[in-house]
Amino acid sequence: MLLIYCPYCQVKRAETEFHCGGEAHIARPSDPSKTTDEDWVDFLYTRSNIKGVYAERWRHIHGCGRFFNAVRDTVSDDFLKFYKAGEPMPDLNALAAEAGK
Amino acid sequence: MSQPFRTEKGGRIDRAEQLTFTFDGEELHGHKGDTLASALLANGIHLVGRSFKYHRPRGIVTAGSEEPNALVGIYRNGDQTPNLRATQVELYQDLQAISQNRFPSLGFDVGAVNDLLSPLFPAGFYYKTFMWPKSFWDRVYEPIIRSAAGLGRPPKNPDHDYYGNQYAHCDVLVVGSGPAGLAATLAAAETGARVILCDEQAEFGGSLLSVASASIDGKDPSIWVSETIQKLSAMANVTLLPRTTAFGYFAHNFIALAERVTEHLKDPDPKLPRERLWQVRAREVVIAAGAIERPMAFPENDRPGVMLAEAGRTYLNRYGVKVGHKVLVATACDTAWQAAFDLADHGVEVVAIADIRETPPDNLISIAKARGIRVEAGCVVTGTLGRKRVKAALLGRLMTSGQVASGGQVECDALLMSAGWTPTVSLYSQSRGKVVWDAEKGAYVPGKPVQKERSTGASKGLYGLQATLEDGYAAGEEAARAATGKTATFTRATASGGEAGNGGTLGALPHDRDASRVKAFVDYQNDVTAKDVKLAVREGMHSIEHIKRYTTTGMATDQGRLSNMNALQIASGSLERPMPEVGLTTFRQPYTPTTFGLFAGVARGDFFDPVRKTPSHDWVVGNGGVFEDVSQWKRAWYFPKTGEDMHAAVARECKTVRESVGLFDASTLGKIEVVGPDAAEFLERMYTNPWKKLAPGRCRYGLLLNDAGFITDDGVIGRLAEDRFHVTTTTGGAPSVFATMEDYLQTEWPDLDVWITSTTEQYAVAAVQGPKAREVIAPFIEGVDLSAEALPHMSVKEATFCGVPCRLFRISFTGELGFEINVPRRHGRMLWETLAAEIEKHGGTPYGTESMHVLRAEKGYIIVGQDTDGTVTPHDAGMSWAIGKKKFDFVGKRGLERPDLIAENRKQFVGLLTKDPKVKLEEGAQITTAETPATGTPAEGHVTSSYYSPALDRTIALAVVKNGHALEGQTLYVPMPDGSIPVEVTGTVFYDKEGARLNV
Repeated sequence: MLLIYCPYCQVKRAETEFHCGGEAHIARPSDPSKTTDEDWVDFLYTRSNIKGVYAERWRHIHGCGRFFNAVRDTVSDDFLKFYKAGEPMPDLNALAAEAGK
Repeated sequence: MSQPFRTEKGGRIDRAEQLTFTFDGEELHGHKGDTLASALLANGIHLVGRSFKYHRPRGIVTAGSEEPNALVGIYRNGDQTPNLRATQVELYQDLQAISQNRFPSLGFDVGAVNDLLSPLFPAGFYYKTFMWPKSFWDRVYEPIIRSAAGLGRPPKNPDHDYYGNQYAHCDVLVVGSGPAGLAATLAAAETGARVILCDEQAEFGGSLLSVASASIDGKDPSIWVSETIQKLSAMANVTLLPRTTAFGYFAHNFIALAERVTEHLKDPDPKLPRERLWQVRAREVVIAAGAIERPMAFPENDRPGVMLAEAGRTYLNRYGVKVGHKVLVATACDTAWQAAFDLADHGVEVVAIADIRETPPDNLISIAKARGIRVEAGCVVTGTLGRKRVKAALLGRLMTSGQVASGGQVECDALLMSAGWTPTVSLYSQSRGKVVWDAEKGAYVPGKPVQKERSTGASKGLYGLQATLEDGYAAGEEAARAATGKTATFTRATASGGEAGNGGTLGALPHDRDASRVKAFVDYQNDVTAKDVKLAVREGMHSIEHIKRYTTTGMATDQGRLSNMNALQIASGSLERPMPEVGLTTFRQPYTPTTFGLFAGVARGDFFDPVRKTPSHDWVVGNGGVFEDVSQWKRAWYFPKTGEDMHAAVARECKTVRESVGLFDASTLGKIEVVGPDAAEFLERMYTNPWKKLAPGRCRYGLLLNDAGFITDDGVIGRLAEDRFHVTTTTGGAPSVFATMEDYLQTEWPDLDVWITSTTEQYAVAAVQGPKAREVIAPFIEGVDLSAEALPHMSVKEATFCGVPCRLFRISFTGELGFEINVPRRHGRMLWETLAAEIEKHGGTPYGTESMHVLRAEKGYIIVGQDTDGTVTPHDAGMSWAIGKKKFDFVGKRGLERPDLIAENRKQFVGLLTKDPKVKLEEGAQITTAETPATGTPAEGHVTSSYYSPALDRTIALAVVKNGHALEGQTLYVPMPDGSIPVEVTGTVFYDKEGARLNV
């Protein structure tokens, strides 16, 4: 069971308090009518699903209820960073290098 | 009572306390401190079971949890638990054990014919033997295989025990309490770190309980163990967990432990659980899981009486049991010599030590000579004789050519073997670490740590008592420092004796027998022989993962801890590739078999899932209502009167609602309060419909899509004020709708000034529906004009009900005049009982979900999740009217424009009327254009809802059909086993098409 840090509550808690919301930083286009069919399908369905370091959304559903983001290595499940929703995506390569991934 | 193989003295059993037990009904005796295995051996019983495939007689092989053969059933509290390892079952008075996989008896087993027929059952025989004729599979092969499969019989009754659960945090978790584990625990505990020590055995000490020829701080090792445990128990920062198996190592240093709490007791405190699951989050872990001895793969190495040398030593020194009177020791490793010496010292005749090495260490040879033991170097066992117990062994002399020459025969009643040691890397492997091949040790050892753990002692291939103690201390210190930053100085014990054992061999041993006629077992529990592994390679299995699955080697409950290394070597030889290139299969959780009860814990029966009840629940029970489960809710289904079946009750309820009035509990519907200056804007973006112009006091039906354009939920939304909406959702969809709203609000539109709150549990809701609804509620409502002019259909007003504040909706899910009264939950029972009494005066009836479904279907109202399935758009559902055409955006708007969603031939929502009004279609039935379609014809759609309609006095159905909207009036077919049913496609509204009854 993963151990997850909520950047709003500023505590580490067991995974059972949280709900994973899939890949992070996939913004809904501000004017969907202007997107092409291909772009809209990408927004709906295409995810990087990578083996390695990536950013994903979590919600502290049985805590503060807030969404936040985390950088996780999908191979080891190690979390490299937790940050609040709305903050920019960190440099994943730099984080991976720092963690020796 | 006679226990002919019990030693005169020694061992850790309590000789003063004799226990009686039965094995297959035979009364036997043992002592407190025995395991079932040691007690059976004390009685001279080696034969304890029949093997899985060939039904060969099998005996006890080990003294630990890796035991492959001695699987028994234990009777307890009137039921039997199968497949327990006799080596782990602690003896108690009146214990009842049975052997398994034999019929009619252990001594005479008709299944043993399989052994004679063994040429028919090579590796992969399932894939080869039961192929033809095809029709035999269902009727002949599968029933036979099923009845022959498995070892024990499952228990007949539900599990009468209960299971505990415990979360724990610690700085250092130490797994295993042998010399390395105890030293690590001491070292970590001395720093003040919070330490948990667990060991799967009943007593702490591991291998230290089996040594007779070493000392720690000048004392017998077992004395040092007692003193150490005494010291640790006195420390507040240490938790000691015996009988506790660390069975799973998960991410982020989360380790699951299974503690066996009461199974070793005859009359346990009924308040105690059978087992307790410990979910431990450890800052640092020390794996001190030790090593296990490998069997030697020589022909007939499965004869009862053939066992591991270390097991023989453990039974002798720890349990005071001689495994035989005349013992042959066959080895490739020094440690087995010590077993021979210990047995000789207890007066057992050691007939020979056969070491496959040309030159075993001189010092061992001289000790053997001093005890008068015959030593055969460069010698292998090439077979064994005896039926249910070994009575002699064949020896073979290894020649420089690699051939084996016959070396004669020796009589023995037990054979101890050792092919060397295999470090237990299971937990390390579970922690996602990659094992590495250590050529010098001839073993896989832990590689780089992936999580915060380190292996110590024998589990990393380090042997020798002093070296192990030192390594354990170092591991404990390091773990504590990593976890807490603290160190401590303390006195360390020093050991003498217990030298590291050298030597070992892998794979099948050479022999001079007819290779086609002998079986050398690699995996005892799954009956896999050396030949099977070679055959698998010959038949094209070149990956160890394929070999494992084809032969089933390593797939037994020990996950190959005994068999993997021998199988690997055989595969490596056949493949002509070095061992490390062949690879090793991954060890997975659980380490040893773990009960389902442990995982279920208290989550069973009433506690399996929360049960949610509405305020009318007790009234419904008292009035004979029948419930159905809707997600976690108990909802009233129908209210049968005396003599009524469900059909009659539902017909009466529906008729009464249409003719006078009905009362329905709608409390389960999801409710969300949406508040704030941007509340209307938020709903505008979430739902398909326009909200900004909805006047306070009015309601609107809302349709919720996902961004792909498919319907996900619906409900009526009332505007209470400019900045306040009361949103309702479906019963099952309430949590997901709320989560979706939170998601969009927090992550896509954080600029909106809106708060959303789930209020499902805050309101009790009674729906009063029918022509007399207004009369029924009028006496209790104050503060609002109920007239059609003042409170038209689709209105909401705040009022009071019997003085209690309420939200009064004029809405309808029946097509009749209807009101839904929302009161604070605590007044729900008053609301219901008041209205229930009142409708009775008006000739009305309470009605349940079944009538609700019929009434709504007569009106063509959809139920999301029944009439839709996640692929239905508003256009498909005939609800294009619900889409705000002028809106800039809403969730699903762009999705609806995707080519596939506007394509021809989409399945559309229609009504169906069977040509015969009495025939009711089955929900889910397929719809075709041809009356008797050819096999393989795709369906045009399927029936989503189907009922008998009392209002129409005929059956009605709703369905999704390709291009259905254009097919109105046409005939389609619903092919059923009893014949094809012709149906006419209609509109979805069957009753009061103009909606006149709503506006009264």
